[in-house]
Amino acid sequence: MIRLLSGDGPGGRLVSIAVLAIFLSLAFAPFVFEGTRALDTAARICVLIVLAASFDLLLGYAGIVSFAHTMFFGLGAYGVALSSLHMGRGFEALAAGTAAGAGAAAVLALVIGLFSLRVRAIFFAMITLAVASAVAVLVSQLSQITGGEDGLTYRIPRALTAAADHGTVPAFAIGGDLVLGGQRITGKIANYYLVFGGALLLFLLMLRLVNSPFGRVLQAIRENDYRAESIGYSVVRYRIAISVISAVIAALAGSLFAIWLRYVGPDTTLSFELMIDILLMVVIGGMGTLWGAVIGAVLLVLAQSYLRDVMGSAAERMADLPLLPQLLDPDRWLLWLGLLFVLSVYFFPSGIVGRLRGRR
Amino acid sequence: MTGTAAAGLTAPGAGARIGAAMPWLLVPLLMLAGLLAMTVQAMPGEGETLAALLADPGLWPLRAPAALEAVLASWVTLTLAGLAMGMMVFLMASGLTLIFGLMDVINFGHGAFVSLGAFVGVSVLAALAGWMAAPSLPLNLAAVGAAVLAAMAVTGAAGYAFERVIVRPVYGAHLKQILVTVGGLIIAEQLIYVIWGPAEIYISRPEMLKGAMVFGGVALETYRLLAVAVGLAVFAVMGAVLRLTRIGLIVRAGVQDGEMVEALGYRLRRVFIGVFVTGSALAGLGGVLWALYQEVVTAHMGADLMVLVFVVVIIGGLGSVTGCFLGALMIGLVQNYTAFVEPKLALVSTIAVLVLVLMWRPTGMLARDRGRQS
Repeated sequence: MIRLLSGDGPGGRLVSIAVLAIFLSLAFAPFVFEGTRALDTAARICVLIVLAASFDLLLGYAGIVSFAHTMFFGLGAYGVALSSLHMGRGFEALAAGTAAGAGAAAVLALVIGLFSLRVRAIFFAMITLAVASAVAVLVSQLSQITGGEDGLTYRIPRALTAAADHGTVPAFAIGGDLVLGGQRITGKIANYYLVFGGALLLFLLMLRLVNSPFGRVLQAIRENDYRAESIGYSVVRYRIAISVISAVIAALAGSLFAIWLRYVGPDTTLSFELMIDILLMVVIGGMGTLWGAVIGAVLLVLAQSYLRDVMGSAAERMADLPLLPQLLDPDRWLLWLGLLFVLSVYFFPSGIVGRLRGRR
Repeated sequence: MTGTAAAGLTAPGAGARIGAAMPWLLVPLLMLAGLLAMTVQAMPGEGETLAALLADPGLWPLRAPAALEAVLASWVTLTLAGLAMGMMVFLMASGLTLIFGLMDVINFGHGAFVSLGAFVGVSVLAALAGWMAAPSLPLNLAAVGAAVLAAMAVTGAAGYAFERVIVRPVYGAHLKQILVTVGGLIIAEQLIYVIWGPAEIYISRPEMLKGAMVFGGVALETYRLLAVAVGLAVFAVMGAVLRLTRIGLIVRAGVQDGEMVEALGYRLRRVFIGVFVTGSALAGLGGVLWALYQEVVTAHMGADLMVLVFVVVIIGGLGSVTGCFLGALMIGLVQNYTAFVEPKLALVSTIAVLVLVLMWRPTGMLARDRGRQS
């Protein structure tokens, strides 16, 4: 167990309990939660955890800000979509699309890295922003290839759709009327476990990476790049390497998302809003620890679903007061997350996880 | 101006002279390239493909003059549009580049001032609807002037607050600066939604600034001429302040070496606040002009424009106002020519310019000499 986590446990009792609870509810999501909406949320959380963690590789471990992370995510997603459309329904198409997306992400990240990190790390933030928005515009304009704003819908192998039947879970009774198991395993559930397994694998891989000597060098560069350079590590090469790795993992997460959703579009994969969400997840959860990405992703998705309801009812209750109803409008929830974001950068730079770990 | 760029060097060789003047030469060169591209595109006659024509050099002299004549008018229009766009982007970018040069602060929230300025300006213009609709140029200009002044006052004040609250606690830490200013951008955008509502607001230009003047078959849009004039005026005033006044001297010295200026007893922080406020006010001015150019304002227009602004700041060289000016003109021209020749590639062409400039000069065209690593 310790080896599986690369000796880097969540740390702190509260964090460990939270992570364990998240893991268990994701692992048994199809059987614990009712309805397709819950399953959809669970799959979304799995993908977002990987996406946020891969962004944390850059932001938290290497100290680089990138605004092109959704672009790489989108590359993976569009890879799967296009291959499924043109190669026909099948697992080969999924594999080919995933590989193509990851390859394209690696090449693009390498080129961007060579251009911007070579001179100044601060260029990277600006150039990634420019390239990402150019790609987003291009994708919505080249509608003959990418489907434009409408996006693409495509078919995935039948074994992964709700129509397929993979038998039932063996049922056993625990005394009285309480019966566990017995549910039908549809292809949808198999698809969920594909997403869950892929996400888990990628997460463990990243955990291994950051606790390797390579990860240590990255942290050294983050803390003091002059010193790392004078010890003899090529700062530029390490920075480029991690930006490529992070891009590839983001693309793989995008492929998983595309397989789950059977739809890709600029809004779900490339939008700047998604980029902001990832930033919020990583910063609020805790930069510099992958567990922070887990907590942050779950919190943000839950907040997205429930904070709006709470704000809506609060706004209704205060309808008579001036300004407050507008501030509490459910559409303005980003305002409060933005405030939380700024405050957490000031006062809790290590995020929730760092804070809870510190009290150990 | 070309001469002054080269005159500072002691007995430079021809190559060095051209190298020093190159950023200035690039703007007219780009105009020529645009004309060439448009001419080539117009050359094929009925039922001919461009590839077939290009493979047959004998046909070129026959077609080129006619094609040139056909595209000349639209080339002039596009060039004016490009210059106007460049000037507006310059207004937004100049503050950003000085802020970076002086204090090493990179403000990702700069776009918020563009949006804020646009909304304030549009509100003022809506209040002055009578002046706007009147067919009198002085009244129209007075309305636009009032809108600009109000927008600059509000964005300047907002800039002061932004510097105090958002930027000040994170000096010297780039990573935190980027994060915090992005957070500031989100909050500002949302506050705009709270105040002005979520819908985009449409605005039409003042009566006398609609339409175009026609000179010998060439249409020049009045509003674009105004934008170019305002941009040139601001550039000239900025240049004069930076070169001729004491405060300008301190700012330039601060960009070169801030520590040294502080060691000489100047409070650079105060100068910096002044620059930050000025830069924000200029962004507000750019926002009003852009709003009237597009005739619509949205809360995220500032964030969208930041893409162009960053490209301009990078290719100009972080910290250089002149580089920023030239970069903005280049981007404006390239965008407009590309939008004419191949509309889908307009934004991608910006990235292409960025890549080419960085291959040529990795720190931008006119970056200050001292290079900081991070």
